[in-house]
Amino acid sequence: MSQEPKPSATPSRLDPELTARRDFLGTAATTLACGTCGFALLGSARLPKVAVLPSASKKFKVVLPPSLLPGQPFVPPGRSVAIFKDGDSVHAISTICTHLGCVVKPVESGFDCPCHGSRFAANGDVVRGPAPKALAWLSVSSAGGGAVLVDEGKVVPAGTKVSV
Amino acid sequence: MSGLPTETDGGPALGRFADNLKRIPRRFLETMFRGGRPDSDRGRSNFVFQNVFLHLHSVRTHRWSLKWSTTWGLGMITLGSFLVTVVTGVLLMFYYKPYPDVAYQSIKDIHFVVPTGHFLRNIHRWAANIMVVGVLLHMARVFFTASYRKPREFNWVIGMLLLPVTLGLSFTGYLLPWDQLAYWAITIGANIAQSPREVTDALGITQQFDPGGLQKLILLGSDEVGEEALIRFYLLHVLILPLVLCFLVAVHFWRVRKDGGLARPADVDVRLPPPERRTFPVFTEAPAKTYSLAAVVKSRTPAVGNPPENTVPSMPHLFYAEAAVFMLTIFLCVLLSLFIDAPLKEIANPLVPENPAKAPWYFLGLQELVAHSAFMGGIGIPMITLLGLALIPYLDREKAGTGLWFGGSGGGRLVAMSAAYGLAAVLVVEAVAIRFGWLQQWWPGCPQLLIILLNPGTVLTVLYGIWSVWVVKRFDSTRAGALGLFACFMAGFIVLTVVGTWFRGPNWEFYWSPSQWPGH
Repeated sequence: MSQEPKPSATPSRLDPELTARRDFLGTAATTLACGTCGFALLGSARLPKVAVLPSASKKFKVVLPPSLLPGQPFVPPGRSVAIFKDGDSVHAISTICTHLGCVVKPVESGFDCPCHGSRFAANGDVVRGPAPKALAWLSVSSAGGGAVLVDEGKVVPAGTKVSV
Repeated sequence: MSGLPTETDGGPALGRFADNLKRIPRRFLETMFRGGRPDSDRGRSNFVFQNVFLHLHSVRTHRWSLKWSTTWGLGMITLGSFLVTVVTGVLLMFYYKPYPDVAYQSIKDIHFVVPTGHFLRNIHRWAANIMVVGVLLHMARVFFTASYRKPREFNWVIGMLLLPVTLGLSFTGYLLPWDQLAYWAITIGANIAQSPREVTDALGITQQFDPGGLQKLILLGSDEVGEEALIRFYLLHVLILPLVLCFLVAVHFWRVRKDGGLARPADVDVRLPPPERRTFPVFTEAPAKTYSLAAVVKSRTPAVGNPPENTVPSMPHLFYAEAAVFMLTIFLCVLLSLFIDAPLKEIANPLVPENPAKAPWYFLGLQELVAHSAFMGGIGIPMITLLGLALIPYLDREKAGTGLWFGGSGGGRLVAMSAAYGLAAVLVVEAVAIRFGWLQQWWPGCPQLLIILLNPGTVLTVLYGIWSVWVVKRFDSTRAGALGLFACFMAGFIVLTVVGTWFRGPNWEFYWSPSQWPGH
């Protein structure tokens, strides 16, 4: 900047205003309007996320059949859980595949998934892919009178057995 | 107005009234057409320009755009089949009830009791399938004719949004019958939405950060496929996705017009044969100035800088072509519906999965990849592919071959070579995975992250990537690389889809034919 521009005597009406007051007000108003709409939308976006799971209770009580042999799975009707009883100790394994949620079928060697061929050992460990992790062990407790209370919603560490 | 002295007829008011009454039908017809009935080329052009429904078209259409081999009418087939699904879909809504079990009964009613219900449901289903095929082929056409280039880059990106919306429309419709097929396809779909958990689990951060779980929760409105999921899929299917689609389609068509119609080669006038004897040009010489319509259209339009000799009036030439493709689409839908019924299995049973549980055919290629890693197959690779496709017009800035099939460096021979390479790669990877298994079988207990990074899907993607990089170097052209990559992915998509559809049986085992499936 060697040469200062000469200040003209009478500023033309076409010259830009020194402080773009209208620009500022306009930009501020637009930003506010967009911001308000954005926040309103963002707030409404919470609606589709359910606050309470609408599915039925995951807890159920079941009396194991006395003829149940050790190592033999018992799948209560209408549930996706396999319950094992070995003497006094009882444990439950979820039969929902950890890959894509199909229901695995108890077989001689453990569990087979019909959807993508995952195979699990009797203790739920992955024998063959694509399942990324072992079948979940579920919380079991004694409900008295030979019945057990299973909570499908509560996962416990593998190997947790309960005596009833 | 009646009774004014300007009226042609004199005489008593009652007589004029009777006269006016008699002329109502004719005058009504006249008022329907602004600017008179279109009975000359000029009148028809004016009619297209003034009509709310027709002015989407330009008044005159280039003869190149009307050649069958330019588009094969694929965009129109897609639009036509969409319109068919809208009409049949609205009719089906008269009887369909989106509630578990009741939904199944209502579909049965539609099939067995509702007059024409069986037929309409078939047409709806076939039109949806034709729309998916149409969208894919249309994309391939635009790609292979290099029509995505400047100034059409943005419209190609809109197309990349329309593809997942179309697939989403089809997929959400899949759940509505609430039969075994539907229930288990959606269970798998919802768990694919949850599959980012595969990564967060492997990193051990699912407790703090669980985008997969959130996606599934929002999609299903619950932790399992139930009445909430059905309502949500119904809402998506009949309202949200169609609205999104219409919005995008509006922009898509608008841009086709504003970007100067269909892409055509620079030397198009040389390539076109002389016009038919009965086609009359409007102008006998290059116009001295552009007419008003052309002034608002960018680039090589019928008039800017070029003599408009190679354009013909859109009405009737373009409209006949569009109507012909539309009729063909309807004919196909009806023909297929007469012979092949839309499937309906037994009512959904959340305790017994369908075996094998298969998604709709256009997702079976992905399901083939999902059988190794849910995240990579279901989310990772599709996202990479879509993103890669969307970026093509911004990477390929070349000029040669625009508007020509397999135009640009390499051409048809490169496409054939790449397709062969793509075919070989996918067949080898699939054969290895089917015959010898994959990482999990070779090394039980191998870390999940390694499987996510190294599975048949990612191996294939990398193989294709390497090929395209080599092609870019070999031909010294980005367009050549894009051609190679696209041809590879097409080969991969087709082979994976075929294997998933016909060669996978119970437990997703490989079988040469369904007749070898064990009874179950």
